Amino acid sequence: MTQLEDPASLRVEAVRVPQSGLVTEARAAAVVWQREMIRFLKDRTRILSSLAQPLLFLFVLGSGLGSLLASAGGRSGGVALPTFLFPGVLAISVLFTAAFSGISIVWDREFGFLREMLVAPVSTTSILVGKAVGGATVATLQCVLLLALAGLVGVPYDPLMFLELLCLIFLMAFMICSLGLMLAARLKQVQTAMPMVQLIITPLMFLSGALFPLGNLPVWLTVLTHVNPMTYAVEPLRHVVFARLGAAPADLARYDPGIRWGAFVVPTWLEIVLTIVFSVVLLALAVGRFRRTE
Amino acid sequence: MDAAAVEVHGLTKRYGEVEAVRGIDLEVARGETFGFLGPNGAGKSTTINILCTLVEPTSGTAAVAGLDVVADRAAVRRRIGLVFQEPTLDGPMSGEQNLRFHGELYGVDRRTAAARREEVLRTVGLFDRRKDPVSTYSGGMRRRLEIARGLLHSPQVLFLDEPTIGLDPQTRASIWDYLARLHETQPITVFVTTHYMDEAEHCDRIAIMNEGRLVALDTPEALKAQVGADRVAVNTEDDAAAIAAVRREFGLDAAVREGAVTVSVPWGAEFVPRLFAALTAEGVGVRSVAVTRPSLDDVFLAHTGTTLRDAEAGRGPSLHPMAMRMRGR
Repeated sequence: MTQLEDPASLRVEAVRVPQSGLVTEARAAAVVWQREMIRFLKDRTRILSSLAQPLLFLFVLGSGLGSLLASAGGRSGGVALPTFLFPGVLAISVLFTAAFSGISIVWDREFGFLREMLVAPVSTTSILVGKAVGGATVATLQCVLLLALAGLVGVPYDPLMFLELLCLIFLMAFMICSLGLMLAARLKQVQTAMPMVQLIITPLMFLSGALFPLGNLPVWLTVLTHVNPMTYAVEPLRHVVFARLGAAPADLARYDPGIRWGAFVVPTWLEIVLTIVFSVVLLALAVGRFRRTE
Repeated sequence: MDAAAVEVHGLTKRYGEVEAVRGIDLEVARGETFGFLGPNGAGKSTTINILCTLVEPTSGTAAVAGLDVVADRAAVRRRIGLVFQEPTLDGPMSGEQNLRFHGELYGVDRRTAAARREEVLRTVGLFDRRKDPVSTYSGGMRRRLEIARGLLHSPQVLFLDEPTIGLDPQTRASIWDYLARLHETQPITVFVTTHYMDEAEHCDRIAIMNEGRLVALDTPEALKAQVGADRVAVNTEDDAAAIAAVRREFGLDAAVREGAVTVSVPWGAEFVPRLFAALTAEGVGVRSVAVTRPSLDDVFLAHTGTTLRDAEAGRGPSLHPMAMRMRGR
């Protein structure tokens, strides 16, 4: 240092914020993600309570309906109902956790913290990407607990399968979280968030093929499942699990018929591409809506 | 870097049919503490939102730290600190976590971030509570944390919109203490809106806004001097006779304002005995008298037709506090 300066002004110089750029945007997204992690780890009741619903589906609905099928003389073939439900239950868990993470931005608005984020010198996109990746991470972490139960429902512990499932789950969670953000963009009050879940998220679950195979459905139901983005995220999960079950071809055709657009069987890669496209579109819509409302 | 901290020319903002800001010109020098006053609906919030890049002006220009608020939005945001009227903290996170979040969001240099956090926390006296969740803080502590956060990225201009609203007088005073201390250590410009006239006294200069226009702009002393005089208010048995007597004896225009004959004179205390003598000679009975030194409230009243206290309560023009005091007897 060659000249003496007021220490206060020196300090100001030292922490002068840099010009905007990718690094700044990435840091903003990362810290928003980090906040989601802090909140997740602090909220143990949320972790446990959100496990209850998937477990009920898997063991109670799976066992209950399974014995109904058996007593009605129906044959569930080489695949038990809980086994069939396993990928669907993963999807349902993701759906509710990720949708809640997205919609939870309404709480940020209610408590004012959203304003702190949106007035920062970074783009709305970075904030929402951080939020969506955070919600996706939370949903994926929750699924790890469910994946650990795979053996109980006859799904083998195959490391590669788990890796594929985790990737697909993360992608689906990102899409659903973006949807939640988009839905929450115009919500001003926390009270309006619950009806939103009932009106939109629950139908998405029933119309996604998470709870039943997509073959041999009535036309109206087929149409509704095909326009549901969730369907294209659920099917790869089931495909990955069924590939490891060693099921007979007849059982595969019955339980994992895939998505058919007319005679065309949608390949898994296209389903994944569609999920990515839906994610980007939903997030872009969310960004647009947040920019306009704030 | 000689640009003014804030420079506004011909600024207007129209919301449909409503003209919230009707052409204001304003310059705030670096290092100044600038008070922005006005009744509710005067256009204060709109103006401050334009300066903070949250609202775009309909016409005119506004520059903060030498940068245009529309063309250089992000650059302006990096150079300003914001403390809003409503709280914007994350309750579950600790005070320090809130600051860390802010630093990352504003791209503060990581090597100096920790030291800077400690510095701003110490400035507002919250260093010992930094690990506690914000939800355990009192209202005054939250406000101080927000001020610390507004300072974290070393802004050139700190905007505070009603920073002390809803706080008890003691906490309000302590917030201004912190702002004053801040001014001693950093070359920062403070732009503050307030409804409290005792707070406006802390400012180097004050602007008063009314119906979308600036109606006064000067130092508190100069503004009070412009109003010029003490106010003597007499409660009499015959107001008309009293007014006539004041005009005849002293050549002054008195008027009934809020139930009392009111007259402005340079030295109120000296005037009162002479006034009594004159009124007694006329046979007009005097019930009570009050002399008030010019205050910012008088300045505000003179320019906006309402008192600061009424503006604060959001009731619009109503009883002057002095009149209320007298009627309360």
